Amino acid sequence: MRSLLSILLIGVPVTLILCLVGLSHGFLEDSQRRTRGIGADVIVRPPGSTLLTLSGGISDKIVDWLGKQPHVKMAVGAVNQPVQGITLGATGIDLKQFNRMSGGFTYLHGGPFQAPGDVIIDQFYADQQRAHVGDRIVILNTPWRVSGIIEGGKLAHIVFPLGVLQEKTSHIGQVSQIYLKLDDVANTAAVVQDLKEKLPDYPIYSMAEFTSLYNVNNIPALREFIIVIMAIGVIIGFAVVLLSMYMAVLQRTREIGILKSLGASQVFILRIILTEAVILGMGGTILGIAMSFGACWLIRTVEPASIPMVIVPFWWPIAGVVTLIGTALGALYPGLSAARHDTIEALAYE
Amino acid sequence: MNSGPIIEIRDLRKTYQVGKVDVPALRGVDLTVKPGEFVAIVGPSGSGKSTLFHIIGGLTPPTSGEVRVAGQDLAAMTEAGRTRLRKRSVAFVFQKFNLLPNLTARDNIAIARYIGGSDSKPEASFEEALRLLGIANRLDHKPSELSGGEQQRVAIARAIVNHPAILLADEPTGNLDSESSKAVLEVLRGLNERLGQTILMITHNPEAAAYGHYIVHMRDGRIIERA
Repeated sequence: MRSLLSILLIGVPVTLILCLVGLSHGFLEDSQRRTRGIGADVIVRPPGSTLLTLSGGISDKIVDWLGKQPHVKMAVGAVNQPVQGITLGATGIDLKQFNRMSGGFTYLHGGPFQAPGDVIIDQFYADQQRAHVGDRIVILNTPWRVSGIIEGGKLAHIVFPLGVLQEKTSHIGQVSQIYLKLDDVANTAAVVQDLKEKLPDYPIYSMAEFTSLYNVNNIPALREFIIVIMAIGVIIGFAVVLLSMYMAVLQRTREIGILKSLGASQVFILRIILTEAVILGMGGTILGIAMSFGACWLIRTVEPASIPMVIVPFWWPIAGVVTLIGTALGALYPGLSAARHDTIEALAYE
Repeated sequence: MNSGPIIEIRDLRKTYQVGKVDVPALRGVDLTVKPGEFVAIVGPSGSGKSTLFHIIGGLTPPTSGEVRVAGQDLAAMTEAGRTRLRKRSVAFVFQKFNLLPNLTARDNIAIARYIGGSDSKPEASFEEALRLLGIANRLDHKPSELSGGEQQRVAIARAIVNHPAILLADEPTGNLDSESSKAVLEVLRGLNERLGQTILMITHNPEAAAYGHYIVHMRDGRIIERA
């Protein structure tokens, strides 16, 4: 019972670490996939923007101007509006232009906008909202009619007509960012260089470069946050095993005395305690991994669009090593204490 | 065969410190035991019998005096040296059996063998000892499924599995009824007579003491008589 409880308690921080990593990776992969799905070659963002935030707007006129630049086949402006934190946003787009650039959405149900009050949502958001075509759902404090449900992985989870979202967010005549389709992808570097000279204040990236920025190292403080969570995992693993093994050593004082009377050395006793701790750590890691699958299933069921969690097997051994370090450290004091037990006193222990 | 003493003790003293008070447990013990002898040690509680066993068995160092066990000087021995002594030369049988409760009888014996440095199956002579002990068909049971007499015979099997030079039995019949006591004492006698096992046995029971070749009487930390 004690061992099972220890394994459960060790498993919790493992799950915590894997969920945090799974959420980070899920969010980044989801953003990356949707951005790639746009089909653009170059992206132009407002001055002062970061990877996660858009600062201010860009005038419609710049969209037109960009569309006339050398090698630019078409320029499509989009309005972005957060709906739920930074993980779920809506995008306003000119559907006809977007279809030309990306090849269009794949509709699972329904179709394009029929009226200004329509919204297109992807299957993840539809699942999250339990929404069907024709249903009315509230987004940004306004009810909208679902005109179509699209396959996920392109542009956004929620798509509005450009003008509607501009008006709704008081960005009339402005867009949040601009996607450029070039006549030949081989011209990307030259176009980016040219535009950077013409628009020095605007962050301008090739899409390949922009999507490559979606990694943990580019999210402010995320890396540090993961390290803190890992440290908490080590501390919890340490504390749980320390208490558990201390209790175990106390309960088994007599057995330790018996082993020592048989000639067991201090190293032998220490090795037994450490082995048990490592087994607990491994059990906790396996349980933690299993619980992360449970958490992932729960999140994907309840909030598949807002919290795009994924399983990251690459992190299993990392979480395992972190846990084993914690458990081994936790077992050290009880192990040394057991190894140093006076044999005669231990044999007399009731 | 070497006929020199297997245990040679001269002026052995042991003093425990209880708080700030020195409590003498042994006050100058002299004892010589030859290989193959079966010695019974009797005496009232507090006479120093168990302390003598603990020193001979390497569980605690002597305060002063000379103690040679199986050719090794215990007075100069480190903790690691005493651990090696328990592993190879001396084995204990306790009043409370002291079997590991979660292991079967077979595993209790096996772990002693493992600690002694051997994983392999016990040799044929040990099978003979098991037959002598009468527990060959009880080896797959846990201690809680065995009678007191059976548990003590398993403890004896565990003690002799590594062929110790000396078997120290601390009141081996203290927790047994008279029938089981007799069976255990017969086993000890058999081990001594058939296998030549040197045995020192602490007992309060005069009938049990009579199984020894001679009886050592202790009182107040000294040997007062050897009969």
